[in-house]
Amino acid sequence: MLTIIGYIFGFLGVVLFFISALGLLRMPDTLTRMQAATKASTLGSLLIILSIACFMPQWSLKLIVLGMFILITNPISSSILSMSAYKRFKKNVYNTSGADALKGEES
Amino acid sequence: MLNVLILLIALSLMLTLIRFIKGPTLADRVVAFDSMSIIATSLLVVLSFYFNKSLYLDLAFVFGLMGFIGTVVFAKFLDKEL
Repeated sequence: MLTIIGYIFGFLGVVLFFISALGLLRMPDTLTRMQAATKASTLGSLLIILSIACFMPQWSLKLIVLGMFILITNPISSSILSMSAYKRFKKNVYNTSGADALKGEES
Repeated sequence: MLNVLILLIALSLMLTLIRFIKGPTLADRVVAFDSMSIIATSLLVVLSFYFNKSLYLDLAFVFGLMGFIGTVVFAKFLDKEL
């Protein structure tokens, strides 16, 4: 029973990985590629860690530590990366609405 | 069944590697590197169950730490040229 739940979580995580890789290939711009990549890969890695915790319940302490680590560090790195990519490659930003909430923040 | 899981994770790693090779700017390559490090960490977690060795979990932890530090360092390099 626990094995079937583990396979269900594992294939959901693989589907999220595939969606994130496809969005990374198909999106037109750096920031939209980041929006496709980071969210889906965070949830996908957490689902795969949960599936391995269903397969091997005696490893669950290490897996919980690894999941907390991914859950803490991934938003930090993606926010730093998006800010610096916006500042450096501003003319590449795919903008059809004309809105720019960070217009005054140079330096 | 587990072979199919590992093969699909490796397929999405390949699709991310295409963006890493042909990304137009440096920021695209850093985004692809961040996604690749997370996918490879999950691949190591699945491989630790496949080979039934608990040592690979420590390897996955170190790999995630190295990916995070590399992404932050490249983002700071993009921002201020160090």
